[in-house]
Amino acid sequence: MVKALVITGYGINCEEEMAAAYRLASAQAEIVHLNDIFQERISIHDYDILNFPGGFSFGDDLGSGKVLANKMLYRNKLSGKTFLRDIREFLAAGKFLMGVCNGFQFLVKMGLLPDVNGSQQQEVTLTRNNSGRFEDRWCHLQVNSESNTPFLKGIKQLYLPVRHGEGKLIIPGKIQQRVVENRLNCLSYCTAGGEPTSRYPENPNGSHLNCAALCNDSGQILGLMPHPEAFLSLYNHPNWCRLRREDSAISEAGEGLQIFRNIVEHVAGNRV
Amino acid sequence: MINRIQLVLKPEIPDVVGEKIRRDAGNYLQIETGRVKTGKIYNITYDLTPEQIATFARQGLADGILHDVYTNSMFNDPLYQTFVLVARLPGVTDDEGMSAQRTLSDILDLGLDTATQHIFSQDIYLFESNLPDNILQQLAHDLLGNPLVNHFEYGSAGKRIDYMPYVEISTSGQYETVDILVEDEQLLALSRERLLSLNLEEMQAIRDYFRNPERQSERKLRGLPSLPTDCELEVLAQTWSEHCKHKEFSAVIEFTDLNSGETLQIDSLFQTYIKQSTEIIRQRLSEQGNNWLLKVFSDNAGVVKIDDDHVFVWKVETHNSPSAIDPYGGAITGILGNNRDPLGTGVGGGRLLFNTNVLCFGPPDYSQPLLPGQLHPRRVLAGVRHGIEDGGNKSGIPTVNGAIVFDDRYSGKPLVYCGTGGVMPMSYQGRSSWEKRIDPGDLIFMAGGRVGKDGIHGATFSSAEINEHSPQSAVQIGSPITQKLLSDFLEEACRLGLVKCSTDNGAGGLSSSVGELAQISGGARVDLENVPLKYANLAPWEIFISESQERMTLVIEPSERAALLELAARREVEMTEVGIFTDSGLLEVYYGKVPVCQLDLAFLHHGVPRKYLQAEWSNPSLPETVLPEISDFSRVVLQLMGSYNICSREAVIRQYDHEVKGKTIIKPLMGPAGKTPQDAAVLRLFHDSWAGIAVSNGILPRYGDLDPYQMSAGAFDEAVRQIIAVGGLLPFPANHEENLFWSVNDNFCVPDSAYDPVHNPDGKQKLGKLVRMNQALFDMSTFFNIPLTSGKDSMKNDFKSAGRKISVPPTILYSMVAKIPDVRKTVTSDLKAAGDLIYQLGETYNELGGSEFFRLFGATGTQVPQVRKGTALDLYLKVMQANRSGLIQSCHDISDGGLAVALAETLFGTGLGADISLLDNELSPVVQLFSESHSRFIASVRREDQTEFEKLMAGRVRLLGEVTESGCLQVRIGENLLFDLTVSALQEAWDSPLSSVLI
Repeated sequence: MVKALVITGYGINCEEEMAAAYRLASAQAEIVHLNDIFQERISIHDYDILNFPGGFSFGDDLGSGKVLANKMLYRNKLSGKTFLRDIREFLAAGKFLMGVCNGFQFLVKMGLLPDVNGSQQQEVTLTRNNSGRFEDRWCHLQVNSESNTPFLKGIKQLYLPVRHGEGKLIIPGKIQQRVVENRLNCLSYCTAGGEPTSRYPENPNGSHLNCAALCNDSGQILGLMPHPEAFLSLYNHPNWCRLRREDSAISEAGEGLQIFRNIVEHVAGNRV
Repeated sequence: MINRIQLVLKPEIPDVVGEKIRRDAGNYLQIETGRVKTGKIYNITYDLTPEQIATFARQGLADGILHDVYTNSMFNDPLYQTFVLVARLPGVTDDEGMSAQRTLSDILDLGLDTATQHIFSQDIYLFESNLPDNILQQLAHDLLGNPLVNHFEYGSAGKRIDYMPYVEISTSGQYETVDILVEDEQLLALSRERLLSLNLEEMQAIRDYFRNPERQSERKLRGLPSLPTDCELEVLAQTWSEHCKHKEFSAVIEFTDLNSGETLQIDSLFQTYIKQSTEIIRQRLSEQGNNWLLKVFSDNAGVVKIDDDHVFVWKVETHNSPSAIDPYGGAITGILGNNRDPLGTGVGGGRLLFNTNVLCFGPPDYSQPLLPGQLHPRRVLAGVRHGIEDGGNKSGIPTVNGAIVFDDRYSGKPLVYCGTGGVMPMSYQGRSSWEKRIDPGDLIFMAGGRVGKDGIHGATFSSAEINEHSPQSAVQIGSPITQKLLSDFLEEACRLGLVKCSTDNGAGGLSSSVGELAQISGGARVDLENVPLKYANLAPWEIFISESQERMTLVIEPSERAALLELAARREVEMTEVGIFTDSGLLEVYYGKVPVCQLDLAFLHHGVPRKYLQAEWSNPSLPETVLPEISDFSRVVLQLMGSYNICSREAVIRQYDHEVKGKTIIKPLMGPAGKTPQDAAVLRLFHDSWAGIAVSNGILPRYGDLDPYQMSAGAFDEAVRQIIAVGGLLPFPANHEENLFWSVNDNFCVPDSAYDPVHNPDGKQKLGKLVRMNQALFDMSTFFNIPLTSGKDSMKNDFKSAGRKISVPPTILYSMVAKIPDVRKTVTSDLKAAGDLIYQLGETYNELGGSEFFRLFGATGTQVPQVRKGTALDLYLKVMQANRSGLIQSCHDISDGGLAVALAETLFGTGLGADISLLDNELSPVVQLFSESHSRFIASVRREDQTEFEKLMAGRVRLLGEVTESGCLQVRIGENLLFDLTVSALQEAWDSPLSSVLI
């Protein structure tokens, strides 16, 4: 069975629905406190997919994801190894890493995304929305058809909630070019018709490239601001009553679930 | 030396916070600031090398893409001429500083003390305009900070800033004795001077206790002075406070109904109405073998049974006074404090499922001159909203339901109701989760935050006693991250069976939590020397009654101590052993070896003399309102849509995370565009079942001026009908199916209702209103078999300043939760498809009294909406039946503003329209459209279900019209078109009032 590790602790708060997503996708999911990894009671290498869920790690103090990223970059595990080295080995073994919302902010600040230079130095950042506000609203998202990440395989469009105050992706010029060339901007905020847009509120934060998610070159790492784990069943959709009225045979599965099914199937398929 | 690191945004990064400040300064203070640049300053008192500081600044604090870094120098740009620096006063929570300490410790690995404050964060704002000092001060006080929690520096850019919020206290760690063996007059002076808030009878009872010769010799034996210590007096004052002992709800009340001349002796409002109604319902349930009502009124929150494996825990509290003086801090400590109630019920460690908040404010456009100490209602609204956002969002608890009520009379003191529900397993490692068991020999632990002077004597400290290095104590700022670590830890520890039980440290701190728990084992002994402090030199009594937040008291069996401490260390939660439970019959407190308090538990908890109060009631004589003929209905409807009590709450709602945890099924706004307001919230309880709950709130203070009984009954009905609207089912004692529990919190907020010929001459009438509200509560809950499980009363909601008093209207909030067997069968309010038929369910009466329609004309009227329980029940049963048959496509309760408003709301964001015909009968169109009669709904039904639906509803429905594709709301009477408004025009009127205030 495919094994997903879901990290919690220090203010992370979407671990429960993230684990539920993997279970619905027929994987085994375990929620583990980050400190149990630092204490080496748990090894990430016993799992196939490592997940950093959303939340407010350290209350977003010093900027979202920042304190957590510092912990991972600088604090040694019991045996003296940093967590970052552990992640490098994990990726080298061909495994997968996902960060949602605060998890994405943290991956960016650790330098794991987009990592166009391969040096794991921070290249882009996520900061305050143009509106200056935290907002919970559902957004249409267009999948970059040339993206290679298995997480998004076969998906064209998604409708997911964003729930953040610091979701504006800032990509400095040179990096921007590489991101586009390498098709790392795998999700864009778009209109209901699928046109990428910079217009508020369809684009809720004013991100460069209207970008809602990044992956790395190999497609092993996915970071996204919208919450796929918040749309696991039809009944999470803000218009589920009418959708069901219009199509009584509509699937009870939520659109966000497909991302989890994709990666679980991909891992399972690679094993055979 | 103190090192200072400053971060400012690079020139190419838009400063969205600065832009907002510029806008707000212009809009609300009429100050033209020009461009605003914001920056962050970290003052570091650790002893570090320049290299270490540079590493910390670059790697630990700055974001290389966003920030320019200045180390021991300040950003300076001639473009910006003036500045305001906002620092925290000594002792004020500084989470950013604490997080910076954690990250410093991770980066440098130096084993630093990160538990006490060594990094102090500050915000700096630079302004393009050359603003004079008085204007900068105004910006500081009215926009950027609050003098109660902040220290400000301002002036020309480049001015030297040296301020550091060190805490310095010179008092010793010992107690004083207080001479209580004095005459009555001096007793009262003592109560006043020591801010004890005890009356003469209470002070006399304490004097008698200490005068007892047997007690005196016993105290001598145990090394205590014969006179009370300051700690003992403080413990008694805290335990006997209105907040803890609910003295007015427990009082004997002589109630005279001046209409009939009859007098009634009420032996405690709480016992007679609230507890008694639940007792009656409990008996009816258990007679039928239905036992979902597990625990009521005896713990931090009520407990009901979800199924054989789970219980539901739920509590609603208020945090009014703190929110009046510091809206952000008051609201965030309110919501975090309320979270700890379900968290500390029974054994504790419940998983928190949702928050609710109901808020009462003065109107945002309040134009009367502000009294000293009074904050403008717009500011209160913005601050409270922000506090609820941070309190909920940062804790990962969805804010799913609420209400905002505006009335001039809330402009002195706002009401801030915070509710939280959670789920516990039925048992932990084989032991019941919802019972509190304590045996002598069990250990007392304190977990979470540290203790400072926070909250001691609340806001009553006078400013004269405070110097610039006194720790600020009146206002507290919550720390959601501290609490999140604590609540995660507690859940884990409870599931592992390491915790015997737990409770919140809220009002009254350790004194209250240990004092109350001690009743279970029969005694407790505490050593205050072990309590971890934020800063040195607190007096023992201060440590014991401090209300420092984010703390819980845990009861641990000695055999679990080691495992629990190990887990706490791994979860980075500070946890300290502070005492032991005994069966001595005493609350004993030591500071090291020195006894500082020893009180008889029976006296402490049952020695407070009862109050005797007088109440009277007569119907108000108000003039009937006569209005001119309404000729332009369009104008009136648009005005109504844009009135503060009706307009859209989207600007507030979107800033709350209402769906974290992925369980929210009916959110506050739904439909194709996420614009249609909903009635009750619906959540599923687990990710692997469809069972769920509906959550609603009923509050109608404006009817209280006409009839407090009907106001209370109407609010109860409003909460019930919201749950019926979404497809909820009423409880029946004989119905065992699916454990269909209901759980209600009652929350009274009233002005001072104790009669005093000078200070409160109309006190008897106010108390009479409270009695009437309670009578309605009893009648409604017993009629519907819906039990109160927990509640709260807040009795002194008066703002006094400059010889004036602004009192809230008597207010009752009913917060309800009902189990929903299958959330997929619930119903939303938005109309679904053109061609569907639109019905009004229930009957309209000429009841415009207290309506939002009358308010448009500055009138009140006399005909308050009456609750007709029997017909309401009949209708709700029929709605339940129709839902079982899947006939109802949409359902919305008719409330504020009446039918016209409810119709418009069902259309928002749907792209649809409606063609409506009113009845040509004796009721005028004004009454049909704007009366707020209770127990009514608007529902839509498929055309093909018309016959079945009408037959089932048996005369209780009226066909109003149909859903169209027009995008317009057309309302006619006979041939006469009363109004034809586009939904977009209605929406615009509805959207703008609050969004323009909260942008």
